Formats: sequence, structure tokens, C-alpha cells
Amino acid sequence: MDITTGEHMTPHPPSEEEVEFDTSTGLPNLKVAMWIFLGSECLLFGALITTYVLYRGRSTVGPYPHDLFDIGYTSVSSFVLLASSLTMVLALAAIQRGDHGRLRVWLLATALLGMTFIGGQVYEFTSFVREGLTLHTNLFGTTFFVLTGFHGVHVTVGILMLLSLVALSLAGRLPQDRALTVELVGLYWHFVDIVWIIIFTVVYLIPTGHANLVPR
Amino acid sequence: MSNEAVEDPKSVTTAATQDAPDPAVRTRLARRSRARHPSDAEYIRIALILAALTGAEIAVYYFDSIKSLLIPLLFAFAIVKFTLVVLWFMHLKFDNKLYARFFTGGIFFALTVYAIVLLTLRVFQN
Repeated sequence: MDITTGEHMTPHPPSEEEVEFDTSTGLPNLKVAMWIFLGSECLLFGALITTYVLYRGRSTVGPYPHDLFDIGYTSVSSFVLLASSLTMVLALAAIQRGDHGRLRVWLLATALLGMTFIGGQVYEFTSFVREGLTLHTNLFGTTFFVLTGFHGVHVTVGILMLLSLVALSLAGRLPQDRALTVELVGLYWHFVDIVWIIIFTVVYLIPTGHANLVPR
Repeated sequence: MSNEAVEDPKSVTTAATQDAPDPAVRTRLARRSRARHPSDAEYIRIALILAALTGAEIAVYYFDSIKSLLIPLLFAFAIVKFTLVVLWFMHLKFDNKLYARFFTGGIFFALTVYAIVLLTLRVFQN
């Protein structure tokens, strides 16, 4: 008997509505941490993009961006990365439904699309180096390789996480109740995608020396 | 091998690192979270819109007649694509607003700090 209310206390398991997450925010700490991490990543990539914009058009020796960029080729890479975002959300939807077969298919598809993107980037870097652009050639080379290289490293880390999820799933260690793990990797993957959306526009599509961006 | 490890004591131990106290509750939460997220068909619709916007970006790049509008158009396309991915694929439209605050906070600080840098160095002047 509860002496304050006079009612019988009947211990019962908490209902779905009563139990969210046992944290001070009521939200999963891992997901909050991931969003804070992604917020900080905005600052990192913001610094790299700003540096690229700051030094664009200031190279005194070639090769210059218009000598090297193949917009058609990079456009295909952009489509590949966008497609990988779709397969990633389909993987999350699959585990939330408890469909482990499709989860693995979509995770593998995402990893393969990511590898295709990275393969394209390696080919692009190699061809630029053959054309005479290295990290040390000029300001364009330095800022371009650092920005796109950092992005490539992020994609590579994402691929490793995706393959780890596939391995966990095959080992039976990724049940439906751990959908949050897939969601966290998905958030990281989509972030890498949105960074590429900005890089594709700022670095590849906006011509160097355009009126609004000509440096002093 | 079964993937449904809810009743497997080992999986309960490892899953305890995720915050909800009990695997059965987490499974229900996963299903409920799914119910709040868009359907597969909606994800595909968003992906098709993103592909169309990317195609439009590339087309704009090659059209000589609208060169004066190139930069505003490219930025508009990029912002719309960015927003679609963040709202639908990253679920900020459907999730708790606290996540959005952390993320938009990062973007806000980044834009503020780097806009100051670029303005200080007069990058936008001819």
C-alpha cells in the first residue's frame, strides 16, 4: 500500500510510452553525441572550403582548374554518392522493419557505391598529378587536394563502418533492437554526402575568376 | 543463425550500451521510430528529386545564355539539395528538435566565423 495515496503499488514493466531512453534528455546519448560531432565537422569542412575560396584564382603558375576539371566525370561521381544516400536510408528502413536480408543488401550496395566514388577520386587525383598538379605545385593544388582529400578520407572511414555493420549482421550481432547503430552510421554517411554537395558546387561548378569571387 | 538476438543473454549485455534498458523495449522503439520516418517510396521520390536537381545544376553550368545567373542558381540548387538530405535522409524533419539545434548551431558558427574571415580578407570584392 502506498502510504501517500492509499493505492496499492503494483510493480509492472514500463509501457512503450513511459520508457523512451533512460537519459537526462530522454534521447539516446549516442545519437546526441553524433549530432554534436557532425556540428563540429561543419566547422572543419567550413575551414577547408573557406581556405579554398580564399585562395582560388591566386595561383601564379598552372595547371589551373579549367585545365584539369572534367565536369562530366565528376558529375557521375556526384550521382554515385547521391545514390549511396538512398541505399543507406533503405538499409535503415530494412533493419527497423526487422528485414535483415535487405539490410545487408543495402549496406553492401552503399559500401560499393562509396568504393566507386573513392575509385573515381583516386583516378582523378592520379590524372591531375600526371598533368603536373601536386600538393606543392600552386595554391590551387594545395587547397584542392587538402579539401577533397579530407572528404575522401571521410568516405573511406564511412565504407569501413558500413562493412563492419555487414560483418556484425552476418554474425547475428545486429538485431532489430540495435537499429540505432545503423542510424548513427547513416547520419555520418549522409553528412559526407552533403559536404560533397557543397564541394561539387564551390570547387567544380563555379568557374575560377568569376565576378563575385575574384580575389583582390 | 538467427538475427533476432532479443532473447540471447549475450546480446542483451552488448546492447546495454545503447540507452534503452531492455531489448524488447528497444525493438518496439525501433519499430516506432520507423513509423515516424518516411516510407521507402518517399525516400525514392526524394532521391529522384535530388538526381533531377543535380542534372539541372550540370545543365546550368553548360548553358552560356544564363552565365550571369550561374552562381545564384548553383547556390540555390546546392542549398535545396543540402536541405532535402538533412530533412528527409537524416530525419531532422521528423526527429527531436534538439538534434537540429546541435547541427544548425555548427553550421551557424561555421558560416559566421568563415564569413568574417572572407570579408576581412576582402575576398568578395573585385
